[in-house]
Amino acid sequence: MTAPAQDIILPDKDLLIETRELKKRHGEGEIAVHALAGVDLGIRRGEFAAIMGPSGSGKSTLMNILGCLDRPTEGAYYLDEENVSELSKNDLADVRNRKIGFVFQSFNLLSQLSALKNVMLPMMYRIEDRLDVFEREERAIAALESVGLGDRLHHRPTELSGGQQQRVAIARALVNDPVLLLADEPTGNLDTQSSYEIMELIHNLHDQGATILMVTHEPDIAAHAERVICLRDGLVVSDGQDGSTACLAQGGVQ
Amino acid sequence: MTFIETLSMAWEGLKLNKVRSLLTTLGVIIGVASVILMLAVSAGAEATIADQINSLGADLVIVGPMRGSPGASKTFVYEDALAIEENVSHIVGVSAEQFSTQDIKGGDGALEAISILGVTSDFPEVRDYALATGRFFTYEENDRKTKVAVLGHGIAQDLFGGEDSFGREITIGATRLTVVGVMEEKGIVADVDYDGRVYVPITVLFQKFATTQVGSDRIRTAYVKVEGRDEIDGVMAQITSLLAERHGVDPGNPDFSVQTQQDIIATQEATTEAFRDLLAWVAGVSLLVGGIGIMNIMLVSVAQRTREIGLRQALGARPGDVRLQFLLEAVILSLVGGLVGVLGGIGGSHLFGVLGTMRTELVPASIPLAFGASAVVGIFFGYYPATQAARLDPIEALRRE
Repeated sequence: MTAPAQDIILPDKDLLIETRELKKRHGEGEIAVHALAGVDLGIRRGEFAAIMGPSGSGKSTLMNILGCLDRPTEGAYYLDEENVSELSKNDLADVRNRKIGFVFQSFNLLSQLSALKNVMLPMMYRIEDRLDVFEREERAIAALESVGLGDRLHHRPTELSGGQQQRVAIARALVNDPVLLLADEPTGNLDTQSSYEIMELIHNLHDQGATILMVTHEPDIAAHAERVICLRDGLVVSDGQDGSTACLAQGGVQ
Repeated sequence: MTFIETLSMAWEGLKLNKVRSLLTTLGVIIGVASVILMLAVSAGAEATIADQINSLGADLVIVGPMRGSPGASKTFVYEDALAIEENVSHIVGVSAEQFSTQDIKGGDGALEAISILGVTSDFPEVRDYALATGRFFTYEENDRKTKVAVLGHGIAQDLFGGEDSFGREITIGATRLTVVGVMEEKGIVADVDYDGRVYVPITVLFQKFATTQVGSDRIRTAYVKVEGRDEIDGVMAQITSLLAERHGVDPGNPDFSVQTQQDIIATQEATTEAFRDLLAWVAGVSLLVGGIGIMNIMLVSVAQRTREIGLRQALGARPGDVRLQFLLEAVILSLVGGLVGVLGGIGGSHLFGVLGTMRTELVPASIPLAFGASAVVGIFFGYYPATQAARLDPIEALRRE
């Protein structure tokens, strides 16, 4: 089936993320809630952007869709020039596996596994270019070394500090060479010193060319980003390089 | 994600809750053990029946009072057996039998509660049971109520040790008898300890040891050996009409039974089958209960590990990967249960044999059967929880605490 010619707008090659009229509706009819009311967004390759906005602004919903954990009700989402808004569950799982590295507020490490095993996990779910166990271990060790945990390979998460756990999570997010690092409140559970160290690590990754998208409600964390996208009532209300000021002016963040 | 990787991950998952995992397998353990035990017991029962066939031979007609028919046990008497011997053609011999339980003394020993079997002189030939030493009592000795006795092999050992017992005296109850022979060693066949009995003329038993009614001459069974298998039907017909006439009853509704060995075996096989069916139900129900236990625990596990599932999904696990992981956890549980159950079943059937409560014969095929059944249980009851896990929405799952 070929779509009418006027509908075909090729994705911009400079953009890693491109959304067109992205809408997400929960429920039907009168009780329907529009979590996203039409978001057009473009994130360039190598960019470090933060998403801010009060709770209920739709930033979690946007994050979930951009992370391929959820599908939009309407609109298109191109990730790395591929329209991922209509993929099947299996294909979405593969996209998450190969293209996206997740960093969560609560680390989400498996407590029964060592740091090394946790980092090896994404490689187990790879469908294409499968690596054997030795290659996986090698790459996981390299990833852990790159976040400064080369001496903590066989520690369980419970034997690590919060900052160290988040570094294991970052190593896990990087191990499959994703095109996008998606960080959801990465410092939300950390003390000031650990937060500082984690942000430094994220900066280093950015300097090495990684595209980073980070959700946060802390202005000083958002200030690390090159660009702050502010959401309110399911729409982008400000998008710029002037930090969180514009967003705060729009009615504050939580 | 390869199968082996998923398997090792499922194993890790089970180790999270070792005690719970072990308890969950109990149902399967019991189910599998009872499958193996059930088959061992019924194989044992079948072997007992086979022994009976061998011990009695196929050319016997067995006559007795009609069981369950009121008063019938009083009407089947020694005279009936004598009449059969006199009037029925194509027979080799008749052994009328009745028994009593008595204390006996003799040599240096004394034994309590020994089965005293009153028989006729045809007994060794009809029952195909030879003597080790001496002789059996004669027709005349039985007829004249001569107080002679033939000892079972074990009784001879107990009373006289290795010594020759011929001509020695024993006391049964209050009656003194002379030993004329010792039967060959036969052991326990079909639950009857042939070596632990004493054989006396049935007339002597009537006179001295008939417990319920002194002087009674009723008999329990008369074994009639026929000349050949082809004669069985004719002999049965002759006996039936003879006894019906003697008892003055309708041959269609007799107060006695005339059966072949096959008839008795068929009855016993039916009993064995009923027993086996009952055990099969027990085994089936415990496997079912075990399976439900596994399903229950897997549902709990999926609920508790929702966040883990969400994380795995975020890292790229497909729904099928998640399903396989949890399905394998269930299958490991049931297979471990199966393995322990197999060992338990083997041990149990051995124990039954050692304790002598029941004869068991381990059926080798029951081991893969029971093991396979446990695998099926794991897959069947693990599928639903595993599907629940696979269907979880990654966003919801990640949000769950």
